[in-house]
Amino acid sequence: MAFYVVQLLTGLASAASLFLVASGLSIIFGVTRIVNFAHGAFYMIGAYIAFTLSERFSGAFGFWGSIVAAALAVALIGVIVEMVLLRRIYHAPELFQLLATFGLTLMVEDLVVLIWGPDDLVGRRAPGFKGAIDFFGQNIPSYDLFLIVLGPVVLGILWLLFQRTRWGVLVRAATQDRDMVAALGVNQKWLFTSVFAVGVFLAALGGALQIPRDAVHHAMDLRIIVEVFVVVVIGGLGSIVGAFVAAVLVSELNAFGILIFPKISIILVFLVMAVVLIVRPWGLFGKPEAPARRTPGLTVNPWRPLTSNERLAALATLVIAATLPLFAGNYALTVGSEIAIFVIFAVSLHFLMSVGGLASFGHAAYFGLGAYGVAFLAKMAGLPMIVCLLLGPLLGCMGAAVFGFFAVQLSGVYFAMLTLAFAQIVWSIAFQWVSVTGGDNGILGVWPEKWAASPSHFYWLALGVAALVTIALRAMVFSPFGYALRATRDSLLRSEAIGINAKRIQWTAFVIAGTTAGIGGALFAYLKGSVFPDNLGISLSVDALVMVLLGGVETVSGAVIGAIVYKALNIWLVSQTDLSKLVLGGFIVLIVVVFPKGIVGMLEMLAQRRRKTSPPGSPLLAKPIESAE
Amino acid sequence: MSVAPPLLAVEGLTKSYGGIHAVRGVSFSLRAGEILALIGPNGAGKSTCFDMLNGQNKPDSGHVRLLGEETTGKKPREIWRLGVGRTFQITATFATMTVRENVQVALISHGKQLFNLWGSAPKFDRGEAGRLLELVGMGGYADRPCGELAYGDLKRLELAVALANEPKLLLMDEPTAGMAPRERVDLMRLTAQIAREKSIGVLFTEHDMDVVFEHADRIIVLNRGTLIAEGSPAEVRSNPQVQAVYLGEGLLYDAEHREGAST
Amino acid sequence: MRARTIFVGAAFALLAGGMAHSAMAQDIKIGEINSYSLLPAFTEPYRKGWQLAVEEINAAGGINGKKLVVVSKDDGGKPADAQTAANELVSSEGVAMLTGTFLSNIGLAVSDFANQKKVFFLAAEPLTDAVTWSKGNKYTFRLRPSNYMQAAMLVEAASKLPAKRWATIAPNYEYGQSAVAVFKKLMSEKRPDIQWVDEQWPPQGKIDAGPVVQAVAAANPEAILNVTFGADLVKLVREGNTRGLFKGREVVSFLTGEPEYLDPLKDETPEGWIVTGYPWYSIKTPEHDAFLKAYQAKYNDYPRLGSIVGYQTIKSAAAILAKAGSTDPEKLIAAAEGLSMPSPFGEITFRKIDHQSTLGAYVGKTALKDGKGVMVDSSYKKGADYLPSDAEVEKLRPKD
Repeated sequence: MAFYVVQLLTGLASAASLFLVASGLSIIFGVTRIVNFAHGAFYMIGAYIAFTLSERFSGAFGFWGSIVAAALAVALIGVIVEMVLLRRIYHAPELFQLLATFGLTLMVEDLVVLIWGPDDLVGRRAPGFKGAIDFFGQNIPSYDLFLIVLGPVVLGILWLLFQRTRWGVLVRAATQDRDMVAALGVNQKWLFTSVFAVGVFLAALGGALQIPRDAVHHAMDLRIIVEVFVVVVIGGLGSIVGAFVAAVLVSELNAFGILIFPKISIILVFLVMAVVLIVRPWGLFGKPEAPARRTPGLTVNPWRPLTSNERLAALATLVIAATLPLFAGNYALTVGSEIAIFVIFAVSLHFLMSVGGLASFGHAAYFGLGAYGVAFLAKMAGLPMIVCLLLGPLLGCMGAAVFGFFAVQLSGVYFAMLTLAFAQIVWSIAFQWVSVTGGDNGILGVWPEKWAASPSHFYWLALGVAALVTIALRAMVFSPFGYALRATRDSLLRSEAIGINAKRIQWTAFVIAGTTAGIGGALFAYLKGSVFPDNLGISLSVDALVMVLLGGVETVSGAVIGAIVYKALNIWLVSQTDLSKLVLGGFIVLIVVVFPKGIVGMLEMLAQRRRKTSPPGSPLLAKPIESAE
Repeated sequence: MSVAPPLLAVEGLTKSYGGIHAVRGVSFSLRAGEILALIGPNGAGKSTCFDMLNGQNKPDSGHVRLLGEETTGKKPREIWRLGVGRTFQITATFATMTVRENVQVALISHGKQLFNLWGSAPKFDRGEAGRLLELVGMGGYADRPCGELAYGDLKRLELAVALANEPKLLLMDEPTAGMAPRERVDLMRLTAQIAREKSIGVLFTEHDMDVVFEHADRIIVLNRGTLIAEGSPAEVRSNPQVQAVYLGEGLLYDAEHREGAST
Repeated sequence: MRARTIFVGAAFALLAGGMAHSAMAQDIKIGEINSYSLLPAFTEPYRKGWQLAVEEINAAGGINGKKLVVVSKDDGGKPADAQTAANELVSSEGVAMLTGTFLSNIGLAVSDFANQKKVFFLAAEPLTDAVTWSKGNKYTFRLRPSNYMQAAMLVEAASKLPAKRWATIAPNYEYGQSAVAVFKKLMSEKRPDIQWVDEQWPPQGKIDAGPVVQAVAAANPEAILNVTFGADLVKLVREGNTRGLFKGREVVSFLTGEPEYLDPLKDETPEGWIVTGYPWYSIKTPEHDAFLKAYQAKYNDYPRLGSIVGYQTIKSAAAILAKAGSTDPEKLIAAAEGLSMPSPFGEITFRKIDHQSTLGAYVGKTALKDGKGVMVDSSYKKGADYLPSDAEVEKLRPKD
């Protein structure tokens, strides 16, 4: 019995640190609608700074002072980030802020290694909380007890802050209805900045408080960020109490789950999230989101099919791309193949995200399923390559059909999170089911047959498929189905009122996007000759999001450009420097600031401006830019 | 001799929220080509009633029949398929599409081509879309982005969209809300004209009494969830109960219905 | 506009990089790939090790008179990126062979690439047995003692313990799973009387140490096998110490004696664990002294195990290249098979039968000295003594 009590308390201690970070994320999202990917980075910086300070200042005062000082210092960094970076892009398309915070995260991961060195750092134990307390023969670390108390205390303070202060009232009002606060004449800028600072403070505090139990290292952010998102979503976005309950739920399920299924930790949070979202689509304590009102002035130029001149230009670009084998070496061709494959991947997500308005955070699942489909067919059934390429993507199609059915019942961030949960579930199956998938050692020896083996042949294959897929999806954008899909994105209410079964349209789009991603994955398996769980991992899903956002989420062809730029730059940087994350992150942040509509979005704006100022009859000037469309 | 069923027949429609009756036992009917106004003070249950007709909301009891077919509790899209067009109090349009595309989506849906992946949507029923836009006086705006339109034009566009499935019945929730007086008259005149030409039944709710009395063939009046009067504009105008309700509106109903979420 | 210029520059450089071929024909180039950005704590000492080796080799006149050049690439911890890097090294840098890799799945990915493209690959650090056995191939050799060898070394010591009730804690991925499986198998062969009372599988890098420690303690084992490392190990040790998990229990632990993993524990190092590792401070052999002196002189820092592996990887590569007298992969394989050479740990041989080197490891016990973790009572275990019989190896390895 004593054991179960102690296990319960241990779970509560884990919950406390999770709650601190999650509450910060929840507050930030609630008010600013920013999906703050950098939250984990702030958590990590908090731990690093607290480590440095607590090594320097001894004694109890030194230690606790260091913790608080670290959190305050990071909050200040947060304020700077908000004012310098995020403020510029609040009016950018939804999720664009995610791109900015993603770029920051990449930079921070390299920066902490540059500043604090590569080694794991083990900080001091907390003065006064070094030992354990005996509980009927079981030991409970006293620091755990401290955390168990701290969790509810922070919850209480936050509650008072939100209920009893004018600032808190404004924050709650803004969480419910942003426009209303703007209408009340509140200085929104400072409200956002202060909210961001408080959220970051909580994250950094959560990180700083880890130093007596954890090692401080440069991958801490990734370890926590996904889990924290999950907790926030289970609890209900914007709900502090929800974050607390969800943190406790997840931690306790884990503490007791490992007694029965020792391997459950790897997948538990995602299972819980999937179940919660299917049963309660807005999380445990969340409320249905008010239908998003479009910010005035943000109206997008209506999409149009290419004019015949533009078609010619696109064709010419394709022909030029096809001549690459005439002058480039094998390496450039293989890189070219990889880029072509990522174009497929990016346009498939674009179809779902830009055309359908459904931003999937787990799109790599279908890419990876396509790759595994090929690997199974080639290695187990021994089928010829062409058959594998045709049938392999069907695994992605099936996965998308099953998961998509549940996912499209939700929308917005909840949709994103459910897709993430499904992707993680697929990932952990690939990772754990060693007898079938080979686990993380993957499936090897999936090499192309002779006719496609040479780099130039494979390049033509990849380029051809990429071109076909891009054309097909583009044609679909301007098909009756594409119109219906855009209709469901623009107004669900109106769509339903003109007889459109929105869920079925969205489900179909999900399956199309998943199958297309699977085609990319199938080619990728042959390009690399092997398949690994990485191929359906979070980082690949994030890559796809970044490509679409970078290119311009409101454009038809942004994904193509975004994929080419991001992938080429990524490969080049990884080859050139160990600090590729720092440079790439910096580049992304720069793009976000300079091109808040994405690369193609910006080019389109420029082209439009030029079209308006230049006299009629000189459209030739704008041609090179339009060929990007 | 068989009598054709009325276009719309509503019987004993009832809905309550947490013990408060938002709509109680409302019955009425509507003939083809008739323009019927549903009025009542704030909180009278107009919107609740309206939403139960178009499928946004399910009644606790009672029936809605369209051309003799039971539509109670059906989804909005199913009701639309039976030939009901509708407009919203706050316009709902596809902001990133052009005016013509907005109409084309409705035509695509009407033509059951929603899952057509390969056709060309820009060419889909282009002529018909143009005709509908001409009909509502939006012909010159076809290529404009919908998000740029003035509010009155959006209302017209909604009307064109609502007409895309050759409806037998139009449900218009506060069609002139938020419009300038001049535009109101234009829009309702247009609506009435189209309704009479095509023999479409129109049910609309409205705040503006001038609009109501000028354009409605018949008026039904709701108060505190029940039907208190029904008749021609003249009859309703002279109904003492209606007069009492409208004179006392500000005093009585605002206070009483602040809690009830009926409108 | 600035961003656009950067993009154009990047694209241009990519193309140019693809087309540029090595200018210096008289140099011998070795391609090297490792997870520098993902695992800097392990790959930094490794890099220092191989840089030292390159310097020594060139100071001694290079390889058959030609200068040795190592072209190093980061793989970011992703198998797919490692293959891109391998491709670049082979296709556009024209390297004579590939070396490196840390993570098992990356080692396997590069090994498969090498097999497909017929390139010689010397795997430096990946531990999985599959590299030389179940997924072994003609083109792939490995330096570091494999999972199986480390397990066998630990079992030798562990089987002498009186403990009968054992629990295991291992990261939930192939490395952890196969380490536990081999350890269990070899242990049970030697000691049929032992019982396995609990197993914990925390996700790699994400251990929730409190509940894990508590769960293991509840099973009340007499001895514990640990396979976690890095930050997970730190958390496990801290929670275990506070909760008294290790009190009165024997602990056998993979790799914990390597400075990479032991040093961060500082004064919290648990005492008396039986570990494999690298006690650089207590190895007194001429070969190691020479290495240690050179390393400390160059870097003013002590070596980690990674330094040894990095150093010996390039030394081995150079020895193979020198013997082959050619960069032809078939000749390199012929030269490498059965080749013996000196190393800081004594002579090692690349076995013909499975291409595994006989580099060994030190087994000893952890102890606390001046607030730091050290290995005591350590002895070197030759790799050759901890490999299965040739007949068994033949069965494990696919015919090529």
